[in-house]
Amino acid sequence: MLEVEDLVVHYPVKTSFVQRLFSREKLSVHAVDGVSLTLRPGEILGLVGESGCGKTTVGRAILRLVEPTSGIIRFEGIDVTRAKETDMRSLRRRIQIIFQDPHASLNPAMTIGRAIGHPLKIHGLTSNDGEVRDTVLRVMREVGLTPEEQLFDKYPGDLSGGQKQRAVIARAIILKPRLIVADEPVAMLDMSIRARVLELMLDLKTKYDLTYVFITHDLATAKFLCDRIAIMYLGRIVEMGLVKRIYENPKHPYTRALLNAIPIPDPKRRAPKILPRGEVPDAVYPPAGCRFHPRCPAVLSTCGWEGRDFIDYLEERRLNPEKVRRDEEILGPLHEWWARGFQAGRKIGEQDPAQLIERVRSILIEAQPQMNQAVRDVSVRDRQVIVEFHNPDLLGPKEVEGRLVECLLY
Amino acid sequence: METLLKAEELSVHFSTKRGYVHALDGINLEIGRGETLGIVGETGSGKSTFAKAILGILPPKSRIEGRLQFHETDLTRIDTEYFRRIRGKDIALIFQDPMTRLNPLMRIEDHFVETIKAHESVSGSEARARAVAALTSMRVPESRIRNYPHEFSGGMRQRIMIALALVLKPSLLVADEPTTSLDVIVEAQILEILEDLKRISSMSLVLITHNLGIVAEVCDRVAVLYAGKLAELGSVEDIFARPIHPYTRLLLRSIISLDTKELRSIEGTPPDLVNPPSGCRFHPRCPYAQPVCAEQVPPFVEFRSGQPASCLFGKDFL
Repeated sequence: MLEVEDLVVHYPVKTSFVQRLFSREKLSVHAVDGVSLTLRPGEILGLVGESGCGKTTVGRAILRLVEPTSGIIRFEGIDVTRAKETDMRSLRRRIQIIFQDPHASLNPAMTIGRAIGHPLKIHGLTSNDGEVRDTVLRVMREVGLTPEEQLFDKYPGDLSGGQKQRAVIARAIILKPRLIVADEPVAMLDMSIRARVLELMLDLKTKYDLTYVFITHDLATAKFLCDRIAIMYLGRIVEMGLVKRIYENPKHPYTRALLNAIPIPDPKRRAPKILPRGEVPDAVYPPAGCRFHPRCPAVLSTCGWEGRDFIDYLEERRLNPEKVRRDEEILGPLHEWWARGFQAGRKIGEQDPAQLIERVRSILIEAQPQMNQAVRDVSVRDRQVIVEFHNPDLLGPKEVEGRLVECLLY
Repeated sequence: METLLKAEELSVHFSTKRGYVHALDGINLEIGRGETLGIVGETGSGKSTFAKAILGILPPKSRIEGRLQFHETDLTRIDTEYFRRIRGKDIALIFQDPMTRLNPLMRIEDHFVETIKAHESVSGSEARARAVAALTSMRVPESRIRNYPHEFSGGMRQRIMIALALVLKPSLLVADEPTTSLDVIVEAQILEILEDLKRISSMSLVLITHNLGIVAEVCDRVAVLYAGKLAELGSVEDIFARPIHPYTRLLLRSIISLDTKELRSIEGTPPDLVNPPSGCRFHPRCPYAQPVCAEQVPPFVEFRSGQPASCLFGKDFL
C-alpha cells in the first residue's frame, strides 16, 4: 500500500549573514537519513523512537507536509513526492493525519460539528448542509462523542482532552481514508482515558478497514497496538520487524536499551538498569558510522570512532578530580583541542613530541578498549599532536532472525 | 521515622471568574525524614497545587486552610519574606521543564553563585567552588560551567537543575514531574540519580508524577489524589499489590505496560472542580458506587495499617 524508499529529509539550519560569509559549509538537520519501509493494507506499523529520531518527519513526509530532500514515497502506486497539487488533493482524502495535541488541531472559533464536517466541504463532496450534519452526527456517534446533538454546537474549549481527540479522530475518518498517520495520539491524555482512545482507534480500524502508521515514543503502547514496528534513532531505522519477534528478543543494542529503560509498574521488580551513556546527539552533526556508537553498551572498535569521541572522553575524565590535574599537565586545557572527522588534535608548545605521544597513548589505554583499538595513529605533525581513528566498517540493514537490524554485531 | 512535613486538613481554593476552584480539599499526610513520597494523580487532581503550597508559590488569589507543618513552622501561616528564606535552602524544587527555571541570559555558574549568596554570606570563589562540586557530582563537566542554559541538552539541563536544587543541602526536595519532558533513557538516568541521592543523604523527596511506573521504581510511599481529595495513601508495595480505593485499583489497571494484554480505562472524565460532585468525588465514575456515595463524603479511614483510604466501602475491598 505504501512504500518508502531511501527517504532523506534534511532541514536547513538558519545561519546569520556573517556566518555565511565565513563558512561555505551548509548546515542542515539530518532529520531522516535513508529510511525505507513498506506498509501492507490493514496493518499497524509503529514508528518508535526518542525525540529527534525522525519519526514525526517520516509521518509528515508521507502526507508531504514536509518536502523530502530525496527518496521516493509511493502510495497505492502514486509517487507522493512528485505528485501534482491536483493529485495531492485526492491523496490527502485517502491519507489523514492525527496530531499529538488535539487542542492545537482544532480551530477554537469553529464548533465541533463544523470542524468535523469541514473536510467534506473542502473536498466538495457535499454542499447540502443537512447531509453534512447527518454525516457528522453519525461519525460523532461512532467515535463516542455523545450526546452528539448537544456536542455538535460546542466549541473545542468546552470539551475535555479526550473528547477533543475524539473530535480530531472523527474529522480524520469522515472522508473514509485508507491510511491514517497517528502521531502520538494519546501522549497528551491522562492515563485513565488513553486506553479508551486506543480502543476506539482499533474499533475504527476494523469498521473502516484502515491502515495505521502509529508514531510513538512509548514502547509499551506500540507493543500492544502494532503489528510491526520500526525502531528509529537519529534519522535511521535500526531495527524493524514483527512486534512479537522484536519484543521477545530485541537484537539492536538501542532497542534493548529502550526496552530496559521503561519503568516497570511493579515495586517488586525493581532492579538496577544498564543504561546507555549520555543523550541523543545533535542531528546537525550525526556521529560517523553507526549513529548510536558513542552511547552503545555493545560498541565495537569498527563502529565509527572519531575525533570528537576522543574529546568527549577527555571531558568525561575531568569529572574525576584525581585525573584533572594530570590530564591538564599532559594534554593542556580541554578547549584547545579540536576534532575534525576521524581526527582530534591540539597545537603543542615546546614539549618533546615523542614523550607527548607516549603520554597520549597512556591516556588512551585507560579508555574503553574498543576506542583504543580504533586508534590508527597518534602522531605529531606541524607542531600539532593528532589522534587519528580508523574508518568504520560499512553498515547497512541485515536480515537477522526474521527482522531487519542495522548493527555490526550481526 | 521522624516526621519532616505534615499536612493537616490542608485545603487550597482558587478564585476564578467561574467561581471557587477547590483544588485541594482536606489533605492529611506526613512525610518522614529520608522518605520518598510519590504523589500521583491525573490532570486537575491537585498534585501540583500541593507542591506549590509546600513552596509558598500559590497564585495570588488563592486561599489556604489547615496546617502544613515543616519542622517547627506552619507553612500556611508564614509571610513571603520568611518563605523566601526557607525556599531554596530548606525546601528546594525541580520543575518539569528546566528551561523555565534557568535564566537564559545567565551563565550556569552565576545561577549557583546567586542561589548560594542569597542564603549564605560566602565569598564568590567559595560559591564557585561549591558550584563546581555540585555540578561534577551530577556529571556536568567543569569545562562547561560558564556556558548558558541553551547550550545544554535536556537531560544535562535537568541535572543542572538538580545540582542547583541540592547545592544548599535542603532537607526536602519537591520534584514536580521531573522527567516528563525527557526521553525514556534520559528519564531512567535521572531517576537513577534521584535514587543515588536518597541512598547517600537523609533528604526527603516528594515526587509528583502521573507515571505509575516511576512511582513503582523510586518511591517508598504513595499518595493517590483524585479531584483535590486524597483517595488513598500507603506503602508502594501495598498500593500496587493491595489497593483499596476503587480509583487506585482502576488507575493501576489502566496502565499500559509491556505486560498489558487487554486495554482498560476508567469511564467518564475527571470532574470540574468549580462544581465537584457531591459525596465521594469519584462516585460518577466508580463502577461500585451506591446511592449513598452521592450523599456522604467518605472519611479518610485507615483500613489497613498505614494505608488509609477515603471510600465508604473500603472494607469490602480489603
